[in-house]
Amino acid sequence: MRQDDLYINKIDWLSILLYGALVMIGWFNIYAAVYDEQAAKSIFDFSINSGKQLVWIGTAVLLITVIMVADYRLFDNLSLILYGVFLVILLLTPFIGKEINGQRAWFEIGPFRLQPGEFAKFATALALAKFIEKPSFDLSQPKFQFQALLVIMIPVSLIMLQPDTGTAMVYFSFFIMLYREGMPQKYYITALVFIAISLLSLAVDNNLYIALPVAGLTLALILMGKKNWQRIVTLGLIGIAIIAYSYSLDLVVSKLPQHQQNRIMVLFNPDIDPLGVGWNVTQSKIAIGSGGFLGKGYLEGTQTKFDFVPEQHTDFIFCTLGEEFGWIGSLVVVVLFVALLVRLVFLAERQKTRFSRVYGYCVISILLFHFMINISMTIGLFPVVGIPLPFFSYGGSSLWSFTILLFIFIKLDSHRIQLLGRMN
Amino acid sequence: MNENRHSVIIIVIIIVGVILLSKLFMIQVVDDSFLRRAERNAVQRIVDYPYRGLISDRNEELLVYNNPVFDLMVIPQEFNIEDTAKFCDIFQIEKEKLIERYTAAKKYSWVKPSPLIKQISTTDFAKIQDYLIDYAGLFVMTRSVRAYPDSIAGSALGYIAEIIPRQLERDTINYYIQGDYIGHSGLESYYEKTLRGKKGAKYKMVNVRGVDKGSFKNGALDTASVEGMNLQTTIDLQLQKYGEKLMKGKRGSVVAIEPKTGEILSMVSAPVYDPNLLAGAAYSKNYNVLLSDTTKPLFIRPIQAKYPPGSIFKVVQSLIGLQWGVLTPKTTYACNKALVACHNHPSPVNLFGAIRNSCNPYYYQAFRQMINQEVSSNTYKDTQIGLDKWHEAVEKFGLGNKLGVDLPYENSGSVPSSSLYDRIYGKARWKYSTIYSLSIGQGEMEVTPIQMANLAAIFANKGYYYTPHLIKAINGDPDNIPEEYTTKHDVGVAAHHFDMVQDAMAEALYGTAMRAIIKDIAIAGKTGTAQNPQGEDHSVFIAFAPKEDPKIAIAVYVENAGWGGRAAASTASLMIEKYLRGHIERPALEEYVLVGDFAD
Repeated sequence: MRQDDLYINKIDWLSILLYGALVMIGWFNIYAAVYDEQAAKSIFDFSINSGKQLVWIGTAVLLITVIMVADYRLFDNLSLILYGVFLVILLLTPFIGKEINGQRAWFEIGPFRLQPGEFAKFATALALAKFIEKPSFDLSQPKFQFQALLVIMIPVSLIMLQPDTGTAMVYFSFFIMLYREGMPQKYYITALVFIAISLLSLAVDNNLYIALPVAGLTLALILMGKKNWQRIVTLGLIGIAIIAYSYSLDLVVSKLPQHQQNRIMVLFNPDIDPLGVGWNVTQSKIAIGSGGFLGKGYLEGTQTKFDFVPEQHTDFIFCTLGEEFGWIGSLVVVVLFVALLVRLVFLAERQKTRFSRVYGYCVISILLFHFMINISMTIGLFPVVGIPLPFFSYGGSSLWSFTILLFIFIKLDSHRIQLLGRMN
Repeated sequence: MNENRHSVIIIVIIIVGVILLSKLFMIQVVDDSFLRRAERNAVQRIVDYPYRGLISDRNEELLVYNNPVFDLMVIPQEFNIEDTAKFCDIFQIEKEKLIERYTAAKKYSWVKPSPLIKQISTTDFAKIQDYLIDYAGLFVMTRSVRAYPDSIAGSALGYIAEIIPRQLERDTINYYIQGDYIGHSGLESYYEKTLRGKKGAKYKMVNVRGVDKGSFKNGALDTASVEGMNLQTTIDLQLQKYGEKLMKGKRGSVVAIEPKTGEILSMVSAPVYDPNLLAGAAYSKNYNVLLSDTTKPLFIRPIQAKYPPGSIFKVVQSLIGLQWGVLTPKTTYACNKALVACHNHPSPVNLFGAIRNSCNPYYYQAFRQMINQEVSSNTYKDTQIGLDKWHEAVEKFGLGNKLGVDLPYENSGSVPSSSLYDRIYGKARWKYSTIYSLSIGQGEMEVTPIQMANLAAIFANKGYYYTPHLIKAINGDPDNIPEEYTTKHDVGVAAHHFDMVQDAMAEALYGTAMRAIIKDIAIAGKTGTAQNPQGEDHSVFIAFAPKEDPKIAIAVYVENAGWGGRAAASTASLMIEKYLRGHIERPALEEYVLVGDFAD
């Protein structure tokens, strides 16, 4: 057997290194977030979250070992079964789940709490890979588009019953994978225009500021191009639709539950109610912003330490990093995430089978979405949505599910040659 | 066909990273407001109040000191009592009051301390001290209130109390915060910056609920408070005490000055009040009582009351006349009672006789000579020129303007000039016959008692004075006192003109103020009787002694006590004896003043 035939050399160690770095920085930050100078406990103390997180990290390493030694064919073969199992679990969750903050999104098993919605992500990713695997699965055709959408929407609708909007939103990230796999570009352009118009409509007080430029642009397009009736009517209808949407959005927003309305409005004006709804965002920005260029130093942060930032060890863990390590610390972590994501794109592209490529892009989609939305909400670029920062946030469900998600892909990648052989 | 789409995804990933890092750069590096907001959040500034400076008399006897009082503070979260009745018994508080305060404390904060019982005295504190250990959530905060061992000189010392909005507005450097104590009157107010010291600050970290989380940056930013400086005043404790005793039951002022320095030896504003009333817990209650008292104890008569100077002003008239050459010692006028009323004395009189006998017609005629010097052929114009020249000369005696004593709220008195009469009668519509009452210190003339005492000092000094003041040394250093109190003011009258005036004042006692005479101490003085249209005349007397080497100059005003020879002269004489001898050898006179029935 030649040296480079060793299995260990086929594993992508760079991804694992980036993963390890993020998990360790995360762990130190969890300790900082719960650190109390007057009653300082060891980072290993199991009575505080950093000690508990160490248990989660240790068990995550066990999970990694299990995944890496398991037969690679298992994930392919089990994908639809796993998907089915998780759909049943998700269906049951609202009935037997433990109620926390008005949601029934958690299962309590002894001292542990698990969030099925988190784990259902990799099952859905595997199921999507299985569905799209066939070369005949052509996403430019509406029939296949509908099938893919159905695979995504079933778990989303079940999660919405809990209701856990944040987790449900994450499933829409699969559209990144669908883009790679051939979903028509026009959907994305439409969606981007839709998002842009939505943001603008919410940001400006008077919708005339949107209506007039849109009308002007529509007119310009009509005058510049070919002047056939069909084109003029289409462009005109699109223009009118956009303007109508812009005007109706305020009405739609006003129909949302008050807390969601507030989260949206706070995004555009955090000073509306700095002690009320704006509190989280305001305090989070103060914590991160006060870190400056180099930060206040490890364990020297005051905002996170003294509980000014809510949920600082879970969804708002980035605040601790921003406060204690400043912009340099933020830069390191953002760069680590970007590097991991880009590396995963590279890995996905080198896959020999569509199954593992699709699965790889699902991993990328989910990680990118979490990374982007979580940090954006802590710095006031996105409404507060309760989703964790991968590998960073405290909690077993989150760490385990991201670990499983990532390492199934690393496992598949390490067998990419064999997978090809099997397929052929 | 979709192979190039992975580049789009990579670009999206990088754009996301760049957007996040840019926004982070904006809030972390570019915008530094978050740092300040973070500190406002988590760092609490605790003021370390300095001890206020002490105030002593000229012999370093303490007049004002700080008395520690204790505030019993409660932290509702930790507070728990089982037996309310027992608690109320030990801490001397009524149950209703306890419940009321505790409810208020809980409403303010569950975890921050609030006062439960305020201003417990040292003796009461000693009684409860041992029980404190039995109750969780209670602790004691030490503060201090002003205390006055001899309960004297309230109006000169002033008082401190919580700052009022108007004072807070004037504080341009934002030294004070609402609830701080500040001098409101007297020396406490005038020397506020000297006495207050400098506040220190401790920085503490607090969590989102305000719970103490230890020192900030290990106390690197903490500053210690600086104790206030001590004031040594010019007041003579014994003399002040004696003056207040003599003025008991009367209304008026006694101001005694050391002529050579302008130091105020005693300043009595009668009726007096006990300054202890305005220190400590009962401040607002007592303040309102004093404020509504019809005898106006809070009115600082020595510097605020205005009276016509009366006959005493004749001495000033004489000096100005001599300096101008309008009068000479030999100038004689008949006592013509057709002009103004007078009492019986030989006529005609020369200047010496005029002072000695306080002859009104003499000054009527002399003043006309001073005013109408025929500079202008127009009588009206001539009067105006003369009056303005005279006004200028009188102002040099420290009249008509604030003297600049180191107390707030001093009154200027008034010396009329031509513009006043122009306003009243119209320009060039008045002449000597309009203003002649000025000649004998009546009419539109008004002086404060301290200005009168200063006149006595001028006569004693033969033509100069130092602005009367109460400050002798700051923190033991006499050179520290404001420069204006070591500047000599010349009144513009040659010293030799004072010789005859001093002799006449010494002689005058034998005519109008026999009671003032002290065996073996030569006094020069002048009585006055300030006419009071509202009732009995005010008794006025100024004097200095010993005549050859004056150590004390004094002015006494006793309201509604008849003419100057009785109440005022007797009081002044006793004060002089007390100051120069240290004791009184005329118990009968003392008794006469203390009884205060100046019927004669």
